[in-house]
Amino acid sequence: MNNKKLPFLLILIFGFTFIIFYKSLEDSSIYTPDTNLEKEIPVFNAKNFFSKENINSSNIFKLDKIYLLNIWSSWCVPCRQEHPLLMNLNLHNKVNIIGMNYKDDLKNANNFLKELGNPYNEIFLDLDGTIAIEWGAYGVPESFLIHNNKIIKKYIGPLNDKLIDEIKLLVK
Amino acid sequence: MKVFRFFLIIFLFFSSSAIKAEEIDQRNKITKNLRCLVCQGQSVYDSDSEFANSLKILVDKKLAEGLSEDQIYSYFKSKYGEWILYDPELNKNTYFLWLLPLLIFLIGGAIIYRNFIVKK
Repeated sequence: MNNKKLPFLLILIFGFTFIIFYKSLEDSSIYTPDTNLEKEIPVFNAKNFFSKENINSSNIFKLDKIYLLNIWSSWCVPCRQEHPLLMNLNLHNKVNIIGMNYKDDLKNANNFLKELGNPYNEIFLDLDGTIAIEWGAYGVPESFLIHNNKIIKKYIGPLNDKLIDEIKLLVK
Repeated sequence: MKVFRFFLIIFLFFSSSAIKAEEIDQRNKITKNLRCLVCQGQSVYDSDSEFANSLKILVDKKLAEGLSEDQIYSYFKSKYGEWILYDPELNKNTYFLWLLPLLIFLIGGAIIYRNFIVKK
């Protein structure tokens, strides 16, 4: 290669690398899951928390009603903080709160509800965590706002006062 | 006849364990290509988190249902998005990533060809 072309080529390579690095500086490297999604809810079979009877998801979630599916567990510390807020939201009659008990010990779960109250209209069990994956969940706690069998919004992590207000607004 | 039966039992025993091993191999292969979304830089195969363990169970279930590897990938992709797959697919966001090595290879080849082969 002759010497005239070399500086030109070097500048080109440097410029190219610079642009790539500059562009990627602007992008966030932290992965943020999509929380606004109009996705159909999955169909699944699960056991009822109290009666241990098999139930199908179509019997839990009906059209024209608004549901908040909350994934909880007695071993999950943030769930404990979140629980009074769910009790509060339950007084506000427009939302049906459904609980999904995630990989829990039944005795502990019962004690948890006795201690902090039961805001759930219905609770079903997810003993091996596979139903949570059907929902596209990451762990506990996590909540899904559901209307017409579609997930309107997904809340990853514990709910707080601000998010409860947002839910109340959305429900209106 | 007894000997025949004996061999048959041994044959069945080993063939069934071979099938089992194949299943485990496939499970491992799939979970190695799934990103553990709640971990940092680990695949589902490497991780022992609640999320990863549930995912492993589900992969087993889907394999038992007779789903192919690609079907399982697209199932998880529909639930969690493309980020869960380690192997990025060829689309408008990733074509550059896929074509760049090929491009560099061709350019390098062209330089070598011009400088060394043509000069001779």
